[in-house]
Amino acid sequence: MMPDLGKYAFAVLASYGVSLALIVVLVALSIRRARRVRAELEKIEERVKRHG
Amino acid sequence: MSIWEYANPVKFIRTTDRLLPGVSMAAVLCLVTGLVWGYFFTPDDYRQGATVKIIYLHVPAALMAINAWIMMLVTSLIWIIRRHHVSALAARAAAPVGATFTVIALATGALWGQPMWGTWWAWDPRLTSFLILFLFYLGYMALWSAIENDDTAADLTSILCLVGSVFALLSRYAVLFWNQGLHQGASLSMDKEENVADVFWYPLLVCIAGFVLLFVALVFLRTQTEIRARRSRALLAREGRT
Repeated sequence: MMPDLGKYAFAVLASYGVSLALIVVLVALSIRRARRVRAELEKIEERVKRHG
Repeated sequence: MSIWEYANPVKFIRTTDRLLPGVSMAAVLCLVTGLVWGYFFTPDDYRQGATVKIIYLHVPAALMAINAWIMMLVTSLIWIIRRHHVSALAARAAAPVGATFTVIALATGALWGQPMWGTWWAWDPRLTSFLILFLFYLGYMALWSAIENDDTAADLTSILCLVGSVFALLSRYAVLFWNQGLHQGASLSMDKEENVADVFWYPLLVCIAGFVLLFVALVFLRTQTEIRARRSRALLAREGRT
């Protein structure tokens, strides 16, 4: 099941490690900012509605 | 129904909210399937050995790094011509995604190049134009952050995007008209003789679909965020005036 990467193990594993880590960080940061901005906007809209 | 209806922020958010779960799930499905297929169930290449497995990350990332800039070019042109805020914000939203894909393409290229070419880096036309494209991404994002007025930022970043498009196109076609480079020709071709073998081609196709869908999902989510952030700034400015 596990492929034998031989002398290229570092190149292949590092490529997968770096790429997947970057994608996970990008997705996580995008979701975190989306939630934060959405909550901020709701708070501001609520305040604006209260104060007319 | 016209495509310009989606220039309405409310309509854009409502539509993308409906599409986002499906596109995200399809992206995860394609990426997992393609990468597992490519990593575990494809043979080594007779020349490249196991390093051929890097193709499943390098090619889709490089393809999308260029296509992301082309998408930004189109949306920037829409902003310049029709002044639709959503299109300018979509370009802004796509930039970090494109920049990340460019880093992935550069990093995986270097990791592949060391054992295959004997060097991490060469000032080859395609590699160099890709590095310049990455610098354009950084400059584009920095320019958006540096200018307080959203419309001025959109105007200036749109112009920067037009200039950077030269390098996006150069990255794609450099191998065709510069023969002295190290980088080989395109891995994907309509010519069966030139294209990679089918055993690598099918999982690669699934990975490319995964990267495209991931890009679309992230641009939907990040554009929604930019629209909301812009509305927050507008409301705060109005509050400050009253």
